[in-house]
Amino acid sequence: MLPLKLKTETFKPSRRQFLIGAAAAGAGLSISFRVPGVRAAGATPTPNPFNAYVTISPDNTVTILSAHMDMGQGCYHGIATLVAEELEADRSQLVVVGAAGNPKLYGNIAWGGEAQGTGGSSAMFSSFDRYRKAGALARTMLVKAAAEQWGVPVSEIKVEKGVLSHGSGKQATFGELADAAAKQKVPADVALKPRQQWKLIGSEEFRRIDSREKSTGRQDYTIDVKLPGMLTAMVAHPPLFGATVKGFDAAPAKAVKGVVDVVQISRGVAVVAENTWAAMKGREALKVEWDDSAAEKRGSAELFAEYLKQADQPGEAIAASRGDVEGAMKRATKMIEATYQFPYLAHAALEPLDAVAYKNGDVLEIWGGHQMPDLYQAAAAEIAGLKPENVQLHVMKTGGGFGRRAVTDADVITEAVETAKAIDWKAPVKVLWTREDDMRGGRYRPLFVHKVKVGLDDDGNIVAWHHRQVGQSILIGTPFEAMLVKDGVDATSVEGVSDHRYAVENFRSEIANAKVDVPVLWWRSVGHTHTAYVMETMIDDIARQTGKDPVDLRRALLKDHPRHIATLNLAAEKAEWGKEMPQGVFRGVALHESFGTVVAEIADIRMQDKGAFKVERVVCAVDCGTAINPDQIRAQMEGGIGFGLGSVLHEELTLTKGQVDQTNYDSYLPLRIEEMPKVETYIVPSDAPPSGVGEPGVPPIGPAVANALAAATGKRVRILPFAKGLSA
Amino acid sequence: MKLDINGQVHEVDADPDMPLLWAVRDMVGLTGTKFGCGMAQCGACTVHQDGVPIRSCITPVSDVEGTKITTIEGLNGKVAEAVQTAWTELDVPQCGYCQSGQVMAATALLTENPKPTNADIDAAMSGNLCRCATYQRIRAGIHEAAKMLG
Repeated sequence: MLPLKLKTETFKPSRRQFLIGAAAAGAGLSISFRVPGVRAAGATPTPNPFNAYVTISPDNTVTILSAHMDMGQGCYHGIATLVAEELEADRSQLVVVGAAGNPKLYGNIAWGGEAQGTGGSSAMFSSFDRYRKAGALARTMLVKAAAEQWGVPVSEIKVEKGVLSHGSGKQATFGELADAAAKQKVPADVALKPRQQWKLIGSEEFRRIDSREKSTGRQDYTIDVKLPGMLTAMVAHPPLFGATVKGFDAAPAKAVKGVVDVVQISRGVAVVAENTWAAMKGREALKVEWDDSAAEKRGSAELFAEYLKQADQPGEAIAASRGDVEGAMKRATKMIEATYQFPYLAHAALEPLDAVAYKNGDVLEIWGGHQMPDLYQAAAAEIAGLKPENVQLHVMKTGGGFGRRAVTDADVITEAVETAKAIDWKAPVKVLWTREDDMRGGRYRPLFVHKVKVGLDDDGNIVAWHHRQVGQSILIGTPFEAMLVKDGVDATSVEGVSDHRYAVENFRSEIANAKVDVPVLWWRSVGHTHTAYVMETMIDDIARQTGKDPVDLRRALLKDHPRHIATLNLAAEKAEWGKEMPQGVFRGVALHESFGTVVAEIADIRMQDKGAFKVERVVCAVDCGTAINPDQIRAQMEGGIGFGLGSVLHEELTLTKGQVDQTNYDSYLPLRIEEMPKVETYIVPSDAPPSGVGEPGVPPIGPAVANALAAATGKRVRILPFAKGLSA
Repeated sequence: MKLDINGQVHEVDADPDMPLLWAVRDMVGLTGTKFGCGMAQCGACTVHQDGVPIRSCITPVSDVEGTKITTIEGLNGKVAEAVQTAWTELDVPQCGYCQSGQVMAATALLTENPKPTNADIDAAMSGNLCRCATYQRIRAGIHEAAKMLG
């Protein structure tokens, strides 16, 4: 996802909102740092940020309020590391909860700081100063409180692993000093540790804080939320995108034991029941008549045919242009032309979409994967007829996400709120999607066609590069269009092509935005999922056709980009690029920058019978600036490689006459364990501010494997996934 | 209907065709067992029936009456402990949603085969999807647990 800048007037935080947000985040905990910035009505309206991020309770729990949602990528742990580094807290006392409801405090700094959200691999960049400072402020206040109580100078107090101590033998835990520390004046500013003094940032010892819960079944997700009297709803969605409810017969559904109600909502018909199974059976029995007169009825085959035709025409918009492409192309003595086809892809996160809505007096509480909380709060408030500050969001960890929980239409949130409203708020309502709902419910990585022409001279130099894309824009038609789509160019369509770093003097990137009513969305690494594949296989083709080594060629084309070269060199060195490979083993390399992080991957594949192959090993080098949690960086590279590998090998979401063909994991095929290669990750040492790691591991793996396959067979796969492209 | 779950007998008012998953989650109130697909394709719902891993999402409650069901909450013993310790030490989970099922499957594998090879692991764990693709650490976790168990 790219930086977003929301209209701030829509999301003005109020004092009330702040209090609700803070209370929501600290639910069940006694918050002893009592919001000194919000003393009483009429006092300064700006709450002191310190208290928005860290609270300490007398029971010695340090609660960190995270501005970013954790869908598995580990940002809670990263943020805990930043706070603990400066606070000198002990790992065992740290708890991280999601915060929401005050974009002034929790706005994503990478997005301009005015809208809260998680995406674009930006959580560590956004948090690096904010959360270290929050930790340092809290430590300073604890130290002052101790100095006053003990009558000793501040400078003589040591803080280590959650304990303050003095040479005289006096010591106290954070919890013991929490109340007194909360009354201290918040320092105007505070110095942060120089990096030489870091103990936790960059450490291998500070292990992820939620692994035990997640290994013992104790981690709660939205699906696990249980409230007294709660009902569970399943929504019958239109079978085609754009179809609407014409009418329905609720009787057969209501005849199912346990079904309580059947109500129409804006996105379909909800069957409300006492338990999940009853809701499922009730929905199965429900008879809905759909009006599909305005529905999208094209299938993937028609869309590809239309896109391919469109790709022969000049693009609607120019995303990047330099030099004289046409003129230079005439000088070319060799031409490489290629057309690529990428299917829709589903996020297919293991926890299906879900949300719980409960109107408690005049406050509406919503549990969910609140990846864009400002939008969800506003949407829910509108449905409920409440002020946004009366909507309290409980941010749950989610069972995966990969972009699916960041939706501008607040889909599953609106379903929960509308259903609860339709039954007169008489009970808390959990809306749960099934796998089939999830697979067929829309929001996919858009289907794309790329058509590329590269002109080379006699020495194999690139004289011109013409790059045309056709695909749906993610942002056009959303509230972000006016702000983020410039002259018809949605950066999420062309990122990775329009801004590539290779030295190409004459270059043009064009885009045509296809009009299709299939809902699309950011999918882990967004535009880079297809642009990196095209760029990195084209570079490989150029190397192959000009007899150059693919690593050397990249080095030559990236002379002005030392981070790229260093990352590439690290991977090449660790993989021993250039060494003779065992019989039947071939390798490919790819290098790509996304979200400020540079990743190089070298894939080794072993050829098997009948053209089959297995990816055996991937050497990955990553430059993500300062490495906050090295092992979590490795984890994200491993996961990103597995996620990306599955997508190029088998994944495709296809439509026939507008209907999605896949329904479940038997027809949509993410990577399974037997296809997971051995991944080795190496981190480029860096003092630069941190960039992200959640997405950047994904883009290079597809082209690295494709390049290995080209080395093995000479065959270039340009129709994805491989399962389809190899037989095309 | 009587269900023996984690050594405790629960009286539940469930239709005989209700999948064990929903009886365990909605009626007994144990939510560590997860819903991922509803058709035995992902393994997130794995529980043990008399020590053997089964997919609770397609197993009607009527099929488990009179047998002993173990969920992640009731999992114990040396093998399970080793698996969960290895999982924690190697930081296997990312989102964690599939990990109850992974731990149930890994524990069953190691109970049967104390020294599995990578190929044994891949064969035994292939039915357990992890969309975060933590597979490398799942393999490592199983080897580590095997080592701990001697």
